[in-house]
Formats: sequence, C-alpha cells, structure tokens
Amino acid sequence: MMRFLLLFSRQGRLRLQKWYTAISEREKKKIIREMTTMVLARQPRTCNFIQWKDMKIVYKRYASLYFCLGVEHEENELLALEIIHRYVELLDKYFGNVCELDIIFNFEKAYFILDEFLMGGEIQETSKQIVNRAIESSDMLQETMEEYMSKPAF
Amino acid sequence: MALKIVKGSIDRMFDKNLQDLVRGIRNHKEDEAKYISTCIDEIKQELKQDNIAVKANAVCKLTYLQMLGYDVSWAAFNIVEVMSSSKFTYKRIGYLAASQCFHESTDVIMLTTNQIRKDLSSPNQYDTGVALTGLSCFVTPDLARDLANDIMTLMSHTKPYIRKKAVLIMYKVFLKYPESLRPAFPRLKEKLEDPDPGVQSAAVNVICELARRNPKNYLSLAPLFFKLMTSSTNNWVLIKIIKLFGALTPLEPRLGKKLIEPLTNLIHSTSAMSLLYECVNTVIAGQYWESVGNLCVQKLRILIEDSDQNLKYLGLLAMSKILKTHPKSVQSHKDLILQCLDDKDESIRLRALDLLYGMVSKKNLMEIVKKLMLHVDKAEGTTYRDELLTKIIDICSQSNYQYITNFEWYISILVELTRLEGTRHGHLIASQMLDVAIRVKAIRAFAVAQMATLLDNAHLLTGNTQRNGICEVLYAAAWICGEFSEHLENPMQTLEAMLRPKVATLPGHIQAVYVQNAAKLFATVLKGEEGNTDGTAAQEASQLMIDRLPLFVQSANLEVQERASCILQLVKYIQKLQQKDVEVAEEVNALFAGELNPVAPKAQKKVPVPEGLDLDAWINEPPSESESEDEQPKAIFAKEEPKHSRPRHTEVDEKELARRREARKQEQANNPFYIKASPSSQKVYQEAPGVEHIPVVQIDLNVPLKVPGLPMSDQYVKMEEERRQKERAEKKKKEKKKRKEKRSGRGKKHDSAPESEEDITPAHMVDIVTEEMPENALPSDDDERDPTDPHKALDIDLDKPLADSEKLPVRSHRAAESQKSPTDGETENATLQEPKKKSSKEKREKKKDKERDRKVYDIQGNLQDGSQVVVSVIFENKCNSFLKSMEFNVLDSLNSKLQRPEGSGPHDGLVVPFQLPPGVSNEARFVFTVQSIVMPQKLKGTLTFIVKNEDDSTHEKLDFKLHFTCTSYLITTPCYSDAFAKLLESGDLKSSSIRLEGVNMPFHHLLARICFHHHFSVVERIDSCASMYSRSIQGHHVCLLVKTTVSIDAKCDEPTLLGNVLDEIKQTFSQC
Repeated sequence: MMRFLLLFSRQGRLRLQKWYTAISEREKKKIIREMTTMVLARQPRTCNFIQWKDMKIVYKRYASLYFCLGVEHEENELLALEIIHRYVELLDKYFGNVCELDIIFNFEKAYFILDEFLMGGEIQETSKQIVNRAIESSDMLQETMEEYMSKPAF
Repeated sequence: MALKIVKGSIDRMFDKNLQDLVRGIRNHKEDEAKYISTCIDEIKQELKQDNIAVKANAVCKLTYLQMLGYDVSWAAFNIVEVMSSSKFTYKRIGYLAASQCFHESTDVIMLTTNQIRKDLSSPNQYDTGVALTGLSCFVTPDLARDLANDIMTLMSHTKPYIRKKAVLIMYKVFLKYPESLRPAFPRLKEKLEDPDPGVQSAAVNVICELARRNPKNYLSLAPLFFKLMTSSTNNWVLIKIIKLFGALTPLEPRLGKKLIEPLTNLIHSTSAMSLLYECVNTVIAGQYWESVGNLCVQKLRILIEDSDQNLKYLGLLAMSKILKTHPKSVQSHKDLILQCLDDKDESIRLRALDLLYGMVSKKNLMEIVKKLMLHVDKAEGTTYRDELLTKIIDICSQSNYQYITNFEWYISILVELTRLEGTRHGHLIASQMLDVAIRVKAIRAFAVAQMATLLDNAHLLTGNTQRNGICEVLYAAAWICGEFSEHLENPMQTLEAMLRPKVATLPGHIQAVYVQNAAKLFATVLKGEEGNTDGTAAQEASQLMIDRLPLFVQSANLEVQERASCILQLVKYIQKLQQKDVEVAEEVNALFAGELNPVAPKAQKKVPVPEGLDLDAWINEPPSESESEDEQPKAIFAKEEPKHSRPRHTEVDEKELARRREARKQEQANNPFYIKASPSSQKVYQEAPGVEHIPVVQIDLNVPLKVPGLPMSDQYVKMEEERRQKERAEKKKKEKKKRKEKRSGRGKKHDSAPESEEDITPAHMVDIVTEEMPENALPSDDDERDPTDPHKALDIDLDKPLADSEKLPVRSHRAAESQKSPTDGETENATLQEPKKKSSKEKREKKKDKERDRKVYDIQGNLQDGSQVVVSVIFENKCNSFLKSMEFNVLDSLNSKLQRPEGSGPHDGLVVPFQLPPGVSNEARFVFTVQSIVMPQKLKGTLTFIVKNEDDSTHEKLDFKLHFTCTSYLITTPCYSDAFAKLLESGDLKSSSIRLEGVNMPFHHLLARICFHHHFSVVERIDSCASMYSRSIQGHHVCLLVKTTVSIDAKCDEPTLLGNVLDEIKQTFSQC
C-alpha cells in the first residue's frame, strides 16, 4: 500500500500532497520537511530508492519536479516507479506536455487525475485509456471557474 | 433583496480565483505570509456570502493554501457546505478540500454522514465517484460503521467505475470497522472474477493487502488466485498475486510445489524487471529454493551487474534476504559484492555493507575487514565513514566474536579506528575495547599494552575535544589500564600519563575514570615496589599523586571532584605511613580487589520474581476511599455535588501544579543567581572571564596518524596467513607420515582440498567469558505483536458462516410497542433527505410482530414555513404477497394536523400513490401543520392496505404512532462564536441545566452524539467544555454549554421547549 505521494520542486516547494493514511498535520509537515531535504540532497545518478523508517521512499525527478512516493515495506520498488511514471504520463496526456506551472495553476486537476488513478493507497485503474475517459467525462460535467466568473449570480 | 444580489455579483468580479491567488503568491515572494493573511481575510468574507459558487471558489483557494502549510481547519464547516452542493463542479471541489483537510478528529465529519450517503446513492456515477474518493481519505470508525452497508451495495453497482472504487474503499472500511469484514467478504471474493479487469484488479489489491497481514485466513483462496495467476496478462495484477503467494506459501508447503512451474516460466520469460523481481522475492520467501534458487541467484547477479543503479540496489537487497536463509549461495558472489563497495552511489555501498555482514567466515573475516579499512581511509563523507566503522565492529563482534580467530588483530583494528577524526562512534569503539578486554582473558596483557600506548599518546586523539567523539576511547583505555594494571610493564609511566594536566580538558565522565584508575595504578605500583628495600619508587608515586591530584580536586565536575579529593586524602595518609616505613600495599590493593564480570543486558529483566512476592500488592493499605464520603452529611446538599467535585478538584490541582512548576522554571531562568541544571565543564571553562580572547589554533590532523609503537593490523593479516600456512604444512607432514605408515592413498583427497572452516584454529586459545545472567533466569524471549497494529483487528476467520448478529448495521431506531395482528409487521426507519429545504423532524420505528412488511419513516420540517412538517415514509414490503390500495391516515390533534387535499374531510385517509410487490420499497411524503413546537407530541395513525395472494386477497390494517420530539423541530444551524456571545449577553434567554448520569464516553463522542441526534452544531470548544447551538424551525435559539463533567447548562428563549429538549438529550444518553 502507498502511504503518501508528494510533488515538490527543486527548491523544495511543495506542489502536491496526497496522504493515504490518517496522520496528524504536524506529522505530515515533519514528513514533508524530511522528504524534501532527504531527496534533494541525493546525488544525481544514484538509485531512486531510500529506506526510511518502516517505509520505502521511491522518488524520481521529471524536469524541475520531484515525485516522491512513500510505500510500505513489502511493496515492489519497481512497481512504485512505474506508478510515478504512469501518473506523469497521465498528467502529460491531460495537459499536453505538462510542466510545473500546469500543476501549480491547475493543482485541483492534478488531484482529480490522481484520484482516478490511485485510491486509498492502491492502484485503482491500470488502463490509461479508462483513466483518461473518466477524467474527460467528469470534466464535461464541470463548468469551468471562468464560466462561473462570467455568469450572473441570479 | 434584488440590490443585494446585484451587489453580490459585482463584488464577485473582483474576487480572486485560484489562478489569481497563485499568481499573487508568486509575485509576493518577499512578504508571502502577509499577502496570504490578507487573502485569508478575503476568503473569510467570501465564505460568509450565500452564493455557493463564491464559497466553492473560496474553498478551492483554501485547499491550495492548505497545501502550502496553512491551517484551514476553521473552514471545515464551509467545506461541508460546498460538499453538499447539488452541482458536480462544486461538490468535486468540496470533496477534494475535505479529503485534503479532514482527519479523524475533525468535528464536522459527524455531519457529513447523510450527505455522503445521499451522494453514494446518486444517479450520477461521478457524484458517487467523488464521494467514494473523498471518503477513502477521511473515513472514521463512525462513518465506516454507518456507511459500510451502503458501500457494500455499491460493490455490485452496474457501473464498473463505481464497483472498483467501492471495492478499494472497502479496505479502509475494514480497517476502521473490522466487524464489516466477514459480512462483506463473500461479495469481495466475487469481485475477483468480475468481468471488468479494473474491478478485478481492485479486488486483487484489497485481498492481497488483507492477506499479507493475516495470511492464514486466506489460504482457501489459493486455487482461485492460482487460476488468476496463470490466466492474467496484466503485470500490475500479476505482481500483486505473486506477492500474495509469497505470504501464503510459508503456511502451506504444498502450494510451493505447485507454484514452481509457473514461477520458473515467468522468471524465464518476462521482460518486466518489476515482475521478475517480485518472482524472485516470492521464491526467496517460499520453500522451493532447491529447484529455482540457483536460477534466482543468477538473475540477481545479472541485476547487480546492470548499469542501472536501481536494479543494482534491488539485486543487493534481494541478496541480503537470501543471505538469511541460504548464506552459501550468496557467499560465492563475494567478488561482486566487494566491487559494489566501490560504487559511487552511497545507498548501494550501504546495501553491500549489509551483505558483507552475513558473508563473513573465519576464513575471510580478516580479508574483508582489511578491504573495509581501505574504504574507511578513502571515504569522504563522515556519515558513510561512520557507517563503515559501525559495520566493521558489527561484523567482527557478531554472534559473540564467532569469526575472530586472532584477538590481537581485532584490538589493533580497534586502535586503528581511533585514528578517525570527528567520528561520532567513539563510544562504540570504547565499548568494544572494554568488552574484549574483559571477556577474552588471554588478550588482556596485549590489550593493556596497547591501551597504555594510547594513553601515552592521548594528545593525538584529543586535538579538538569539543567536536571529537573519539576521546571516548580514552575512557576505555584508562579503565582497562587501571583494572588490569598487573599486566602493565611500566605502571609508573602510565600513571604519569594519566595525571597529565591536559587530561583536565577531557569531558567530566572521562576524567572521573582517569582519577579512579590512577588510584588503581597507584596501588599496583605500591605492590610492585613492596619487596624493594629502598622505597623511593613508591614514594615517588605518592608524591606524583599528591602533586597532580589537586588539579582534579578543582574540577567543575562533581564526580571528578569528589573522587579526586577522596583519593588525594587517601594518598596523603599513605605517604605518612610510607614515611614511617609501614607496609601499606596490601591494604591499598584490598580497595580494588575482586573481579568484575560482564552482565548481560537483559539480566535485570530476567531476575525471576521470588515466590510469594506480589509486586502489585500495596505495601501500606491505601487510604480508604469511602472515609470522607461516609462523613459527608447526607441530604443537606444535592446528592451529586460531592461525587463530581472530587475529580474536578484533582484536575484543577494537577493543572495548578503544572502551572506553578512552569512559573517557577520561568523565574529560575530569569534569576541570574540561580544555578541552572548541569552546566558542562567545558562551558564553564569558556565562560571563565578572559578566556575568550585567547586565540585557539586548530591543529589540522589530516595526515593519517601513526601512533608510534602500535602494530598495524595488516601485519596480523600477514602473520595469520603465515601461521595458517605453517599449520597446513604441518598437517600435510602429519598426513604424509600417516600415509607412509598406512601405505594407502586415502589421504590424497585431503591434501588438495581447500581448507575448511573447521581447520582454522584460533591463534591463541581464547576463553570468551559469557555475560552473566541471574540464577533461574527465565528463558523466554518475549516478542509480541504490536497491540496497536490496526491490522490485528482484521485477523478474522472468513470461512465461518455468517451469524445474524454480524449483519452490517442498517441504521436502526428506537423500538416501539407492537400493536396488531400476528401476520403483519411494520418497521419505521429514518432517512434524512434534502437538508436544504427541510429539516428532519422526527423519526421513529415501530415493530409489529413477525416481519411481514415494513415501513421506514422520516419526518422533516419545512424551514420556509415555521409551521410545516414533512414526513417522508419508506414502505417496504417484507412479505411474499403483493400490497396495494394503501391508505395512510392520522388522527389529528389540536396542535398537529395532516394536510389533506382540498375538498376532503378531516378524517379521510390519504392514498399512497403506489403499490408494493414483494421485497420492494418506496417512499411517500405527507405534510403536517404544527402550531406550537414547544411540546413533544404523539399522533396515532393507521395504514390500511390490501394483501393480494395468488388466489385470495385480504384487507388489513396496521396501527402506528408518530412521535414528534422537540429535538426534531431543531435545525442544525452554524453559529459564529461572536454572535453566540452576543446572544448570551442579550439576556433574553432563560437558563436551565441538567446532569447526565453514567455517561463515560470520550468528550468528542458525546459532542458528536448531541450534534447528530439533536441537531446541534459546535460553536467553540475549549478544553473541558464546549458551547453548542441550534435553532428551531420557529426561530428559537437554543444554546448549550457542555462540560466534561457531563453537565449541560442550557439557555433558550422558550423555557418549555428547552426543558423538553434537555429531557430528550438525557434520554438519548440513558439509552447508550
């Protein structure tokens, strides 16, 4: 099972956090701080796995963003890497050549995509097409915030 | 009104949306906190508006701020509002915010139950989807219990999209509400064969997760999984299944045999490294090593040789698992693993180090350690070097120094390690030195000589005391030299070394050991000189002590000072005796007589409790509790008072004590004359006036130190080799002799065979003293499972048939008296619906005899019209016959009347607009007008209907009562604390109070219950009390102050209503 997924920039700014187990805000902050310092301190071209407490931390850097996944000890590290990669592919497909700014400005979309792909710390859907279709159809239901801004309130 | 709306929409044009907020934050890099606090103020304003779109926008922004680390828990209620919007756009944002911000202790979660239930049953699959996704993040035990049944139903939804989400969330529900596992499991199992691959993989995920924790309960699923494994082509699923088998096979060896073939096939055929790796892991865990083990090790070797760091890392990781069970298979790859020590990736080097730990043998220990020592010299980062150091010590000391054949070599390795600048592990080296010197008697002479040299060269180790942890070694050195001083060649010289002025710069605890052991050395010197007629040497020693000890007497460290002054006086006395030519050596030696034996770390724990000793028994009888109560004059004051004041008293006392303690600390901290706790000796030195300005030159000791006179460990490696060779040669000679004598060629094999482990004899016979244990120590090594592990609760036998009591709770309600015919039964349950327009009014359950058909009721008030109440009734037909022509009628009272269509008489019944086939349920709504809401009310009613069987039909009747409680006229209304305070100050409210007896639930449960059952909302909660608010449909304010002492003070503008509400609250709690 996955415990958490963090996205942060090279400067250590958090871009997305998703927690799959209930822990306190204080604990979350502590983990985020530790993850960013630990992962950012890694030398380039070292392996992507870190043993941390009772977890395995699997991280990967895509352009300026670090994707950092905390999984339970029994999990398969390579599978975790695949998960990260699949999420990046999904983002890429949705935003079209995704960049850090896409995720900053549409952070809620990034969450929605993630929620269609993973749920409760498990993989929900392994097929890219089905995930994409689910996101498209729920987007169809959603009027954009711009529409709302231009619509009268009464 | 219209103006307000127009104004609202104009204002909104100036609202920031999320993009503006993000942009703003990026533009205010210098004063981000200030900018965000203004944004939060704006958001607060936006949240106060009625427009849901504005609220959703505000909540969306809050979610972003939450991610940046700002506290947004204050907006929890607004999040719930947005969640309950009927528009998907807003609902989605609401649930996202909730999933990010809510956690188990969020109060408002209690309010979401019905909203979530409604969303779960929404006709729009995406509504259900967001609700499930959100719920998976913040499900609490209460939510899990209340919603388990709904989610279980969703597992059989028509849309695979919902099914897979429902299956996944079930795992979270099991964790929070383990009772749901057994009833839900059969359906979960069905999903393993779901036609949709997504649902199937979700079910595999959940069951794998469950099975990994408690594998024995899932053995019966093995055939099913075996089928899946051989048929599935989805690697994501295959990995999970193979992992599951890894957990199952240790319990069922036959399974292993069956798996060999498919696993071998996969290992040979797959191109996916993740799958290969999983297969190898399962092979390692299972019992099929003989047949596939070698294949796995080969594959791992390929991984380790790969240029991809990740594969290399995982290969080593898997190797270390193999090492535990099949060390021989790994040891043949020593070359490869030693190579990895040179890898530039630190985590790979650390993995390799882990492996080395298990690979050493008597034969290769020296070689491996030699290699590691080379790395110690090369290592740049101190962390890695420290890691190497601890590993070397771990490797050598493992299983009671099993692999060490030459302890002289080990001591010299330890001494070499002391050359490390700035290591944190000085104490580790020190404890090894102590351990070896104490437990290996044969090595003591050598160890003492080495330690004496170390002490003599102590200045090299303590170049930079403050930062250098290595000086801990001197602690060991001093103690060893003192304790085993009879082995010293020149005790006088060592004594001199220990009393050098430089010693005073060492940390206090080391100085203390120095002083104490100087005394031991002194005793030895006296003893050595005893026979000599000329006693100058002994007198010199006394003089040396008397000269040097005063330095330590002045020490700031209490321990050093005390020991030094004690010993100083002793030596002065001895000197006096010496001058009178009295022989003192024996007496002085008696001070340090006896040998210290090592004590096992667990020894204390293992001391058995003597028979007849009860550690839990009181030594003195505790003061009897009843005393004071008996003396209490009865019936003068209200009975409850003394009982409750007691705990409050102690609480106040504790708080008060803590407060006073804090104040005292504060005072002491500010008082310059107060001596603060344990200042370290160095600090005192630094603070001494006039010291700061003396420039301190740091001596750079980068050149590897060679302590003169110390043998290098390498020599030992060479020596050892020579020794072994000699031994071998001797053996050969013997063998030859034997052969000559026997004239047979039998010995030939032995000749060429490589020397085996047993052939290596230790350099000197060592006797490793085992650590002491108390007599009759208990042998058990208690290794219990963590009782807090949530998965422990899921250790449930799933094959037992389901008992009735285990059915998932469908929300049940108060039972009422049964009234009628033995054939029919009706139950009324409540479901809350449409909270926007109507408030739930009343719910009630009525059970009539053996189940035949049943009715579910929900009574709701209409907010817009203070005198209207809507009762929605769900009729469920539980019998096997068809029900039709249902008529609903209620006997009106003066206060409450059923609204009937115009033109009908006041006693006519209303026709229920549907018929009920067997097993079907449907809902109908009825409107009542109520005049006064201050009193609870019961209305009697009758339902008439026709039961139609195949051949006949009967007309039947069912009586029921509708109970309109006062609580049901209350509507959950949020209230801000300032408005609340104003309300209380206004003085319009009458007050009343009650005390709840026998309630011992946690305070937040109590509050949640009041919120849930009586439609209150928490205004504010401060430690031991909480204020709550609710409003009636006719606009009465009801305010509560609930205290942890379970008393409720209440205020309301209508005393009768208040009295009734309080009575109802009391009743709720008397039922639980």
